[in-house]
Amino acid sequence: MTLADVLGTALASLRSNILRTLLTMLGIVIGIAAVITLTAASEGAQQGVGDQIRGLGSNLLFIRPGLEETDGIQLPGSGVSLFLEDSRAIEKANFEYIDAIAAQGTVGGPGDFIGAQAIYLGQNKSTMLLATEPSYPFVRDFYVDNGRFLTEEDLTKKSLVVVLGGDVADDLFDTEDPVGKTIRISVGAGPISIGFNFTVVGVMERRGASANTDQDDVIIVPMPTLQARISLIRDPRGRTNIDQINIKLKNRDEIDQAKEEIGQLLMALHAVDSPDFRIQSQSDILDTATQVERSLQVLVVSIALISLFVGGIGIMNIMLVSVTERTREIGIRKAIGAKRMDILWQFLIESIVVTTMGGALGVLAGVGATEIAERFNIGGDTQYVITPLWIMVGFAVAAITGLFAGVYPAWQASRLDPIEALRHE
Amino acid sequence: MISLTGITKIYTVGTQRVAALNGVDLEIEDGEFLSIMGPSGSGKSTLMNIIGCLDRQTEGDYMLDGVNVRRLVDNQLAMLRNRRLGFVFQSFNLLPRMSAIDQVALPLLYRGATNRKRAAAAALKLVGLEDRMDHKPTQLSGGQQQRVAIARSLVTRPAIILADEPTGALDSKTSMDVMAVFRSLNEELGITIAFVTHEHDVAYYTRRIISLLDGKVVGDERNVPSFERDGDETAHAPAAPASIAEAPS
Ligand SMILES: Nc1ncnc2c1ncn2[C@@H]1O[C@H](COP(=O)(O)OP(=O)(O)O)[C@@H](O)[C@H]1O
Ligand SMILES: [Mg+2]
Repeated sequence: MTLADVLGTALASLRSNILRTLLTMLGIVIGIAAVITLTAASEGAQQGVGDQIRGLGSNLLFIRPGLEETDGIQLPGSGVSLFLEDSRAIEKANFEYIDAIAAQGTVGGPGDFIGAQAIYLGQNKSTMLLATEPSYPFVRDFYVDNGRFLTEEDLTKKSLVVVLGGDVADDLFDTEDPVGKTIRISVGAGPISIGFNFTVVGVMERRGASANTDQDDVIIVPMPTLQARISLIRDPRGRTNIDQINIKLKNRDEIDQAKEEIGQLLMALHAVDSPDFRIQSQSDILDTATQVERSLQVLVVSIALISLFVGGIGIMNIMLVSVTERTREIGIRKAIGAKRMDILWQFLIESIVVTTMGGALGVLAGVGATEIAERFNIGGDTQYVITPLWIMVGFAVAAITGLFAGVYPAWQASRLDPIEALRHE
Repeated sequence: MISLTGITKIYTVGTQRVAALNGVDLEIEDGEFLSIMGPSGSGKSTLMNIIGCLDRQTEGDYMLDGVNVRRLVDNQLAMLRNRRLGFVFQSFNLLPRMSAIDQVALPLLYRGATNRKRAAAAALKLVGLEDRMDHKPTQLSGGQQQRVAIARSLVTRPAIILADEPTGALDSKTSMDVMAVFRSLNEELGITIAFVTHEHDVAYYTRRIISLLDGKVVGDERNVPSFERDGDETAHAPAAPASIAEAPS
C-alpha cells in the first residue's frame, strides 16, 4: 500500500462516520484554540506593557512608597512612607544630574477606597484625581493639547483649577470646548463626600492605557489645592502623603548613581536602615513586568497544554473503542489480504489525520476567537498578538498527540487474529 | 493444488479440549468444483478456515501448490489470502458504509495494484451487478450482497475460492443464482471452487461431495452436477453471464 492509499483509506473511514470524527476532534480543536488564544493574549499583554514602559522614557526614576497597599486597598497613614517633603528635600539637595522633579498624589484611582466623581451639567464620571506640579508635563513628556497646564501661581494660590485627561473631557463635554467651564468634583468614601467647583484650564493630549491605569482617564489638580481641601491625604504629623516622585535625569548613564544617592538621602530623612520606598528606573519596571508576564505565560501555556493532553487521552479512548467496534472490519480486511502493517498504518494515520485536522480547525477557531475578543474588547484593552510560532507549536503538538494516542490502539488492531476478529460480535 | 494430511484442530475451552478436526486427509485438484457437507459442529467451518489460511491447524500438514503453509509467517499468509485465495462468507462480511465498487477494489488496494476501479467494475459485471456499483450494502438485497462478496473474492483472480455456506442466508431461488455464478467462474476461469453447505440441492450442483462427521472425512463421492442431468428442475438455473474474458492484469 502506498501512503496515498493509506491516507485514502483513513479519510474514507473518517468520512463514513462524520459525527464520531468530529467528536474525536473536539478535544484537540478546543486545546489548540486555547493555546492560540491564550498565547495571543499573553503575548499581546507582554508587548503592550513593554511598549508602555519603554514609552516612559529611559532616563526617568520613579520613587514609590514601600508599603502602599494591603490587598490592593490603600490604607492612608498606615505604612505609607512617601511625602511631598521628601520630594522637596531631593530638590533642595541639588543633585547636578537631576533635570526636573514632579511629585504626584492620587485620589480615586484603581483600588483606592476613596472615590472621585466629576460632574458637568448632569454628566457624571468617576475618575482619578492626580495632584501634581507644573513640572509634570516636562518630566513625564505628557503635554497639554488645549488650553494650559498648571502654573506656579495655581500652586501658590491653591487655585481651584483643573486640567482634564482626554477621556474625561470627551465624556463630560462631548464636542463642547471644556476650557473655561466649571465642573464639580466630589471626593468621598461611602456616605461621606465633599464637593468643590473647579474651572477647567486645559485638556491633556491622548496617551492611552498603561498597565493598570488609563492615563487619559484623569483629572489633574494643583498639589497644594488637594492638600488644603482633602485632609485624608495628610498624615498625623502634618506631612502630605504622595504616591510617587517622578525624577527626570539629564543623562541615563547616571541612573545607578542617582538611585544610590537619592536612596541614601531618603533613608536618612525617614530615619530607617533599609529603604521603606522603592526607586525604579524604566528598565527595572520593565524587568518586573516581563517577569510577571513570563510566569503568566508559563501558566497559560501549561493550562493550554493540559487541555491538549486531555484531548489526546480522549482521542486514544475513542480510537480504542473504535478498534473494538471495528474488530469485524479488521477481520474482513485481514481475510482479503491486509497485512499487520496495513492495519497499523490505517489506524495510526486515522488518528494523526483526526488530530491534524482538529489542529487546523483549532487554529481557525483560535484565530476567530481572538478576532472576536479583539473586536468586542473582551479583556479590556488587551491586545492580542498571534505568533506563527504558537500556530506551529499547536499543529505539531496536535500531530504528535495523534501519533501517541493512535499508536497503542493501532498496534492492538494490527495484532488481531483474522479468524477471532471475524467471529467478533 | 491442495493437499491435507492428518489435519487436526483442537480448541481448548477452560479445561475442556474439543477436537474440531480429527485427522483430515484430503486432496483437491486445480479446477475442481466441490462441496463439503456435514451436520452442524462437524468441523466444516474449521476446515475451510484452515484451507483459507485464516486459521492454523494444531497438527498435520497443509501443502498449497507445493508450499507447506505451516512454515509461512503472518505476512506471507496475508499475501496468500490476497493473491491465491478468495473467501466468501455466509454472512457476506461486507464493510458497512462502503460502496460495492470500493468493497470489490479493496483486495487490489492491499496488493498495491493500479487501475483498481476498472478491475473492480469488471468483477462486478461478472456477477451481474454492473448497475449497482455505487450501492452500499444496506441498499442491496442478500443475494446482491453475496454477489458483491463473490466479486471481491474473485477480483484478484485467485486460484481457489472458498465459501462457507455462501447460500445459507439466501432463499432457494437466490441460492441457485449464486451457484450459477460460482459455476461460471469454475467453468470459464478455471477457478477451483470449494464450498460448505448443508443443503442437498446445493451440494448436488457440484462435481464432488465430501462428507464430514465429528472432524473426520466420512465420504468423498464424485457427482454428476444437477445442471448436467436431464429433466432435473434445478437445471433451469440461469445461465452464467456470457463474457468473462476481460481479466484484470
Ligand atoms: N473458537 C472456538 N472455540 C472453541 N470451540 C470451537 C471454536 N470454533 C469451533 N469450535 C468447535 O469446533 C467444532 C466444529 O465447529 P465448526 O467448524 O464451526 O463446525 P461447523 O462449521 O461444521 O458447524 C464444534 O464442536 C465447535 O463447538
Ligand atoms: Mg460452520
